[in-house]
Amino acid sequence: MNDDALKGYKGKARKVLSEMGARVWAEVVIDTDKGKYEGIILPRAEQADDEHIVLKLETGYNIGLAVEGIKTVKEKAYKKAHYKIPEQEFPFDPRKPDVTLLGTGGTIASRLDYRTGAVIPAFTPGELYGAVPELADICNLKTEKLFGVFSENMGPEEYITTAKAIGREIEAGAAGIVIGHGTDTMHHTAAALTFMVQDSPVPIVMVGSQRSSDRPSSDAAFNLRCACNTAAHGNVAEVLVCMFGPTSDSYNLLHRGTRVRKMHSSYRSTFRTLSDIPVATCTPDSVNPIRPDYKSRRSDNKVKVDAVFDDRVAIVYYYPAMKPDIIESLINNGYKGIVIAGTGLGHVNKPLYKPLRRACKAGISVMMTVQTLWGYVQMYVYDTGRDLMELGIVPCLNMLPEVAYIKLGWVLAHTTDTEEVARMMLTPVNGEITEREPHDGYLVFQGGLPEIEDFLKRRLR
Amino acid sequence: MSDAWRKKLTESIDFDDQEFYGKLGFKSGLEIHQQLDTKKKLFCHCPVGYRNDEPDAIILRHMRPTLSEMGTYDGTALMEFKTRKQVIYQLYRENVCTYEMDDTPPFPINQKALDYAIEIALMLNCQLVDEVHITRKQYLDGSIPTGFQRTAIVGVNGWIPYRGRKIRIQQLALEEDACREVQDRGHEIVFRTDRLSTPLVEIVTKPDMLTPYETAEVDGLLGRLMRASGRVRRGIGTARQDVNVSITGSDRIEIKGVPRTGDIRPLTHYEALRQKSLLELRERLNNRGITPETFKADYHDITPHFTDAEVFSRSGIPESAERIMVVNLADWQGLLKHQTQPGITFAAEIAGRVRVIACLDRMPNILVLDSQPEGMLHGELGLPIELEEHIRAEIGADEDDTLVVVWGPAEDAETGAKEIIIRAKEAIEKIPQETRQHMPDKCRTDFERILPGPDRMYPDTDSPPVALAPDRVSEIRNSMALRPWERMERYLELGLPRCLAGDLSIHRHACLFERLVAGSGISPLLLAEALVSWQKAITRARLEVALPPVAVDEDVLESFFTDAAAKKTPRRGLLYAFEKLLNGEDVEPLGPLSEGQLKTLCLKVIEEYEDYNFKQDRFKLDFLLGEVLERSEGRAEPAKVRKILKELT
Ligand SMILES: [Zn+2]
Repeated sequence: MNDDALKGYKGKARKVLSEMGARVWAEVVIDTDKGKYEGIILPRAEQADDEHIVLKLETGYNIGLAVEGIKTVKEKAYKKAHYKIPEQEFPFDPRKPDVTLLGTGGTIASRLDYRTGAVIPAFTPGELYGAVPELADICNLKTEKLFGVFSENMGPEEYITTAKAIGREIEAGAAGIVIGHGTDTMHHTAAALTFMVQDSPVPIVMVGSQRSSDRPSSDAAFNLRCACNTAAHGNVAEVLVCMFGPTSDSYNLLHRGTRVRKMHSSYRSTFRTLSDIPVATCTPDSVNPIRPDYKSRRSDNKVKVDAVFDDRVAIVYYYPAMKPDIIESLINNGYKGIVIAGTGLGHVNKPLYKPLRRACKAGISVMMTVQTLWGYVQMYVYDTGRDLMELGIVPCLNMLPEVAYIKLGWVLAHTTDTEEVARMMLTPVNGEITEREPHDGYLVFQGGLPEIEDFLKRRLR
Repeated sequence: MSDAWRKKLTESIDFDDQEFYGKLGFKSGLEIHQQLDTKKKLFCHCPVGYRNDEPDAIILRHMRPTLSEMGTYDGTALMEFKTRKQVIYQLYRENVCTYEMDDTPPFPINQKALDYAIEIALMLNCQLVDEVHITRKQYLDGSIPTGFQRTAIVGVNGWIPYRGRKIRIQQLALEEDACREVQDRGHEIVFRTDRLSTPLVEIVTKPDMLTPYETAEVDGLLGRLMRASGRVRRGIGTARQDVNVSITGSDRIEIKGVPRTGDIRPLTHYEALRQKSLLELRERLNNRGITPETFKADYHDITPHFTDAEVFSRSGIPESAERIMVVNLADWQGLLKHQTQPGITFAAEIAGRVRVIACLDRMPNILVLDSQPEGMLHGELGLPIELEEHIRAEIGADEDDTLVVVWGPAEDAETGAKEIIIRAKEAIEKIPQETRQHMPDKCRTDFERILPGPDRMYPDTDSPPVALAPDRVSEIRNSMALRPWERMERYLELGLPRCLAGDLSIHRHACLFERLVAGSGISPLLLAEALVSWQKAITRARLEVALPPVAVDEDVLESFFTDAAAKKTPRRGLLYAFEKLLNGEDVEPLGPLSEGQLKTLCLKVIEEYEDYNFKQDRFKLDFLLGEVLERSEGRAEPAKVRKILKELT
């Protein structure tokens, strides 16, 4: 399929091109009813129509021509593109720490895929060195491609594989681990790895990019340099997410894997720590903790890997007119755990009580979190809350809904005893529940206010 | 002073000397960027706007080169990466959103802008593409926060008539405008984002202009054509042109951002001469046996030799210089003094490169040590003789070798030294293809960057291609504005004098004029005068008393003149009402006064001034006539009034 001479073309376009004896990557003169065009025939994106062909002009521009108007295609030469990041051997320096970069996908380094017209990841130490040579100033880098999937395709199986790979690399003496990951579900994986890899002696740093590395303005190189530096030289031996602090290329934040969430669909500074402050700031050559209570690096190679997951868990995002059948269907389909993202302090409406009672009776663990994302579940304040607790629903305090989902899956793989599940859920592994929320744990500034605008004028955004 | 300089350099030149430029092999092409008159930007919904106030926020970014679609790095891109600039963007909350900040993917392309681009492409006789592919054109200078400009070809292979031949239009692209540079100092460059992403068309001609005069003329012609479309923004900064020049034996050099058509002539002329001079330099080098194979140059750190203040002050090198490097160009004696442009020499080519690539922008940034008796390039600056001899001995340079000293922060000084060698070597091989900035007052250009190639193009994976439906195109073709040369002909046929026809052919109300002439039966000459000459005079009169022009909607104008045609408003009456209209009053044109109305008015005036004493009856009649005409608001014929007044007095 890769050697298809008419890659991406289908239907009418494919027919016309093959009749003319044309092929992709051929340098051609095309005579049409409007006049002559010269260029290279490019492969076509699969989801595009079958009415046009794509031509790259000498100037580098691409244009589309209607196949309907094509009279002749004359091939002058043939030049297949070899899209490859210049690969160079990653230099080894015995004085530098060894870091292992585990690849799961994402756009840390990427190349164009003609089939879909989208960007697909490329990834070897050589390629990375070719694209971001500064990495060699930070550490010795070893890479392993675990899988090449987009963020949304990461799931329990991938969490387990990744956790085991981390364990193996730590035991083999890595000074730090970097995990390249798509950003959409990075916070799910960060939570999963926090539970599955405990008491790590070294930093485990997740990193991705919001602007793919095929753009000059990409955040990928900066993120990668920050992450490698944190893994190689940082003192925080926890699962961290390392992404842009502000949208400027200025510094990154290190977020605790259980308190972090992607908060904007496209901003660079999309990851935020919720209901708390981040662990540290970092740059390609510094890591500066902004709180004292982190786990420090140790010199041993011991780590506890507990990589299990029961995927019969669901998040139910409650909305006012929700019908009981949503819950019923989860019960009937054999789910073992339900995380509710409730309104306000953690509420759902009366019609759901009945199915929820049934769920609890059936031994399903039901957790309550808040869809406000910030703040605690507090079910004592209103009668409705007390009613729900009587049903057996466990208030998960200030655990984020996605984190509760991941943790419940992990806990259920250890036990299905609802009391034990509740106990484990409420015993924090690393910050997924905190005892207190500092005054600056909730900061969503509003633009337009004079004091905020004044602040924005004076600082790099 | 610079005006005198410019005058001296330009007054005696015949910029249309076909024989002279023909011998040189002068060829020149244009790349015109013209903003389109849409309300919103090209890929987001921000209003187009121009800001000069304090920014609401700033962001910092860096640019890295990426691979092209064909799998290679672009030369410019790599060069700009060497410069390691910090790029600061100034943001304005009303005119810039997260799209321009490169924090939100593009919205679907502005369809109005696409229609306008199609229309202009058709006016330029271009072959339209059937599917518009949005492409990323890399700019690592920071002028666009994404690091690339989104651009799309709409038409190719067009032409316009000129001097009985065709000037070929290579392509017309629809693209987003870049930022405005506010400041560029050392490793920091500041851009303002207000203009960013404003829709514009880029028109590229083939190098079909054969004298500087022709280049300027075609530039004017294309400008008029776009104004004739009625689809473009007008005013300062809404149009910019890049001019490229080559001569026999040289490659294309691009002069960036020439703001005025008038500057094109001297700039292209002297650019052609610069190229000629560089070819002569190559010859001089070859005559000395310096070829790409025999070229010898190296660089050395001479920082330790700079210890006492005397040496610093003699050399003009600041004591703060962290590193001082010297480049030895073997056997180059005297060649850095080879004149390339009015008043400057090849050393300036080197200094330009060092300025941009190594970010050493405090001039002078190099010091040439050449043992020729005429002395140094920068006047009295140099090294004490003993020190120079000591350095020469140390690095093994003899007196036929030219030394070039460069200084600055350690890394930059080294980058500078390497770049000096690169530029010197290029002088032996070819004229480097580059983009040059201009200094019109001095008729000079200076290095800006290496000319980017097709490798900087990359398909925009964020935007789907847009198919151009045949219906859409034919609809635009049918309602398309006439080209200025077509209009001109038509207006001459209508009996307009040549200069009025010329002005009107590129006037924003040209379409209105044609509609009214066809539909209302108004006199073409009268209407043309009103729309062009009167409008201009009234606007100027307002400006003289510091009043802004009043914007009158085209449909208001249309009903005004239709009304005037129906009522047979006399010329003076029309002027009277039109003046009020353009001063923001709500008026309608009125027809001529009837015989009866005139008589009544005359009687009234006579009665009012009955007691006035006039020395002669003649004065009285003239006075009354003037008074009646004034009160008639232009609706009375002077001859008729005179006749009535005579009868009545
Ligand atoms: Zn915008």
